[in-house]
Amino acid sequence: MKSLGTIILVIAVLAAVPLVVQSNTTLNFLVVTLLVALAGQGWNVLGGYGGQYSFGHAAFFGTGAYTTAILQVRYGINAWPAFAAGIALGAAVGGVIGALTFRAGLRGSYFALVTLAFAEVLRILASVTPITGAGVGTLVKLDLRVEVLQFQSRAAFYWFILALVAVSLLIAHAIERSRFGAYLIAVRENEDAAKALGVNTTRVKLGAMVISAAITAASGCFYTQYFLFIDSGIAYGARMSIEALLTPIIGGVGTVFGPLLGALVVQGLGEVAKHVAGDAPGLSLIVYGCVLVLVIGFAPRGLIGLVETARRYFSRPSKREAVNG
Amino acid sequence: MAEPLLSVERVSCRFGGLLAVNGASLNAEPGCITGLIGPNGAGKTTLFSIISGFQKPTDGLVRYRGEIVTGLPPHELARRGVARTFQIVQPFAGLSVRENILVGAHLRHPKRGDALAAADKVGRELGLGDMLDRPADTLTVAGRKRLELAKALATEPQLLLLDEVLAGLNPSEIRDMVPVIRALCDRGITILMIEHVMQAVMSLSRHMFVLAEGSIIAQGAPSEVASDRRVIEAYLGHGAARKLGVVS
Repeated sequence: MKSLGTIILVIAVLAAVPLVVQSNTTLNFLVVTLLVALAGQGWNVLGGYGGQYSFGHAAFFGTGAYTTAILQVRYGINAWPAFAAGIALGAAVGGVIGALTFRAGLRGSYFALVTLAFAEVLRILASVTPITGAGVGTLVKLDLRVEVLQFQSRAAFYWFILALVAVSLLIAHAIERSRFGAYLIAVRENEDAAKALGVNTTRVKLGAMVISAAITAASGCFYTQYFLFIDSGIAYGARMSIEALLTPIIGGVGTVFGPLLGALVVQGLGEVAKHVAGDAPGLSLIVYGCVLVLVIGFAPRGLIGLVETARRYFSRPSKREAVNG
Repeated sequence: MAEPLLSVERVSCRFGGLLAVNGASLNAEPGCITGLIGPNGAGKTTLFSIISGFQKPTDGLVRYRGEIVTGLPPHELARRGVARTFQIVQPFAGLSVRENILVGAHLRHPKRGDALAAADKVGRELGLGDMLDRPADTLTVAGRKRLELAKALATEPQLLLLDEVLAGLNPSEIRDMVPVIRALCDRGITILMIEHVMQAVMSLSRHMFVLAEGSIIAQGAPSEVASDRRVIEAYLGHGAARKLGVVS
């Protein structure tokens, strides 16, 4: 139960931030960071615990975002059920892509490429079909009322996305402590060995894909409500797929807090780079690239892995003394 | 003679131009150890893969507890009580010994607490009690072989397929391992084992099958098989039996 306590503590500390920080810029930065952390947590369920590296999580982010927007704008449905429908449809897209790829036995780089292709196909479709607003995109009407899931203050938006992140942390925690999680990790470590021990690997991967897609879709739904605009490049573009996989890899794949920590570091560095070098285009991508190279080179298990290694390193001498003395 | 727990009936398996298994039939009697021996490349591991569902046979039937199970996926066979070990051990390398065994234990124990208790019990039985918290990839060869066995055993199988669990062990490690395998049999688990360590497999098995070039060329009690002319020639080459003075 130690990690459950940590989750509560982390969320409580983060929840207190708007009480201290009033700056809209800072809150905006934190909202976007949490949004990326949520998308990353979705990726982490499938990629971190299940070892299935998707390069196309934008497929779920975009589906969530578009569903939330289109249901409101074109069908006059309230934002709250539209938000839920976005998550559900994102999960369904995950189920379809999962069924197609896992049944075909795609693994490793083949799986990564096919997921990337799905996201690209959706991006192209969204940029031409009328229902998504084609190249123009879809604008949601500004209407700052809680009934339509738009908040007056940034702090309220912040608490809303924080609540979603909290749920995603609890989901990751529950996965770690369940049979499903043990099976998912077994699939990551050695698929044939898992099969021999009675694991229906296709079903386990499919389940992970659906949960993963639902979480990432939720971040897309939130994006629509926060920015009130979505187009095909934002929704299904490679940038979101990259951020969703970058944050957990940098923070620590297959850990509860990896995506949150990774999002803070990645977004923070991006922000620092902006201040230092002005708004040079593509600068944040260069920063991401450098951080990724450093992490993969020196901390393949991410920052959380680095912390654990350090902890073990510092706890060793005391044991040695105990043995010698 | 009791109804066999497992019977393989005229199974063939072809990989392109290579007929790896050619109409092989064998039985495993419940509650005892059956040995499967044969020279390298005879098709033993392919036959195991077919029995455990990893490979579909080109032809023939596999019957388990009287039911035809040919072509069922491995996880379904595991659920019905067929467990296997791999000749090249397949640990979950990044996990601890306990977590490795836990995956197997979860098959009969959905709750994490029960599964952990079951995993610890199996680990201790196989002499891994002191290593439960160690990462699996830090184990010695002997430790890995034991872990391979522990994972399979944690699924609480009725039929255990052991693919060379003694290979790569030194004589003293083999001496330690033989009673472990015998104890499993005493608990009522039916064992079918592929083994190259003749002394061990001869002393453990009640009945043996010899596979050569994909076909069963001999079967019977270990002593009969060992003196069979065809078996000696399969291992040592044509004419070897005569030179050794075996008459048949």
